Amino acid sequence: MALLDQPDTLAPLPRVGREIIGAIETSRLTGRGGASFATATKWRAVADRSRGDGVIVVNGAEGEPRSLKDGTLMSARPHLILDGAFIAARALRARRIVLYTGERHTAARDSMLRALAQRSEPESRTVGVANAPARYVAGAETAAVHFINHGIATPTTVPPYPFARGVDGAPTLVQNVETLANVAVLARTGKLPGTLLLTAAGAVARPGVVEVESGTTVADVVARAGGPSEAPRAVLVGGYFGRWMPASDAWALSLTQTTGIGCGVIGVLPQSRCPVCETAGIMRYLASESSAQCGPCFFGLRALADVCTRITRDESSPTDVQRLQRWAVDVRGRGACKHPDGAAIFLSSALAVFEQEFARHRPHDLRQAA
Amino acid sequence: MSKEHTLSVDRIKCDGRGLCAELLPELIRLDDWGYPILTSRTVPEHLLPLAQRAVEDCPVLAIALRRSERRP
Repeated sequence: MALLDQPDTLAPLPRVGREIIGAIETSRLTGRGGASFATATKWRAVADRSRGDGVIVVNGAEGEPRSLKDGTLMSARPHLILDGAFIAARALRARRIVLYTGERHTAARDSMLRALAQRSEPESRTVGVANAPARYVAGAETAAVHFINHGIATPTTVPPYPFARGVDGAPTLVQNVETLANVAVLARTGKLPGTLLLTAAGAVARPGVVEVESGTTVADVVARAGGPSEAPRAVLVGGYFGRWMPASDAWALSLTQTTGIGCGVIGVLPQSRCPVCETAGIMRYLASESSAQCGPCFFGLRALADVCTRITRDESSPTDVQRLQRWAVDVRGRGACKHPDGAAIFLSSALAVFEQEFARHRPHDLRQAA
Repeated sequence: MSKEHTLSVDRIKCDGRGLCAELLPELIRLDDWGYPILTSRTVPEHLLPLAQRAVEDCPVLAIALRRSERRP
């Protein structure tokens, strides 16, 4: 049964302790942070270190501007998320739980707080709220910890990883709300819902959140969102940290938690939109969202965005395209967080899929004049 | 089990002064904005003294040299 179809009830929590980690491992649940990291490994890392002082950060920051799934889940199934957080607190012997919600998620946060007020478990008295600023990197694990500790939502250098030294210097689990809800269902029913929460965006008839069985194709996701609203050209799989695919290839792509769906945004670009201009706009956004701490990210993404913009305004030159290719490789792996990597992977996919368009781009106002 | 020495850069501390690339061009080059790119993280035995100097001379102490078990 889908997450959004689960009863959001107040049935007593099942008695679980550390052994739930074994069940999570068997279920092969992975996180939604983009790296498909095994949830059980993450829980065990905190459980091994917590001496009753652990911290659970319920991550609903959802920094990706096009993503709506975490806000939707917090609004629709707050108790399921709290169940997952309380189970985590028990399994990892945590002392404190922090609801880390996005600044734009007012309704979702209210829903979580209303649900919290109805809870009577001892864990409910340990819950605090942190209101993440609406920045792209705010949802990164170390940024969440940094914000809760010091009020600054920027990533920090690892190690130390949050599982070793996080909130208050204690072993900390930072876990996405969808993953926590999945754990709650696993603990209650013995199996995972086996679904993915996705956001269909762009040229679809009904943009918004869809929950699909793992393994569903992009074509079926688009169909669930009412079908394409106009002829599709390409699909951005995984949001701004994702990758472009030609619509013809993307349609058959089967989506699972390990196929790099990242935040789960499926963005359909119609034939009527220029992919070069679209890519340039996203690169400008990602450059402006650098937390400006690491040189290769701050200067590199800005330079990449500038060249993309120059291609959209002037004529493209082979030198500019080569520069983009070279810099997109250079910036990878050279930030404290994965922000430059995400932007570089996104851009590299654009340069591959829209090779012709990048090579031949001419400013649109000149085209109309001609 | 054999040990190996690896270099790492704290990207937040790094200011792009570039001394490391002057000292260790065999392992470090600079990108177009003057920030170091490690062309190899593993430091061969004969470059250890220079790598040590790069660590000590970095004005913002952004470079670390670690001895670690070689991964199988």
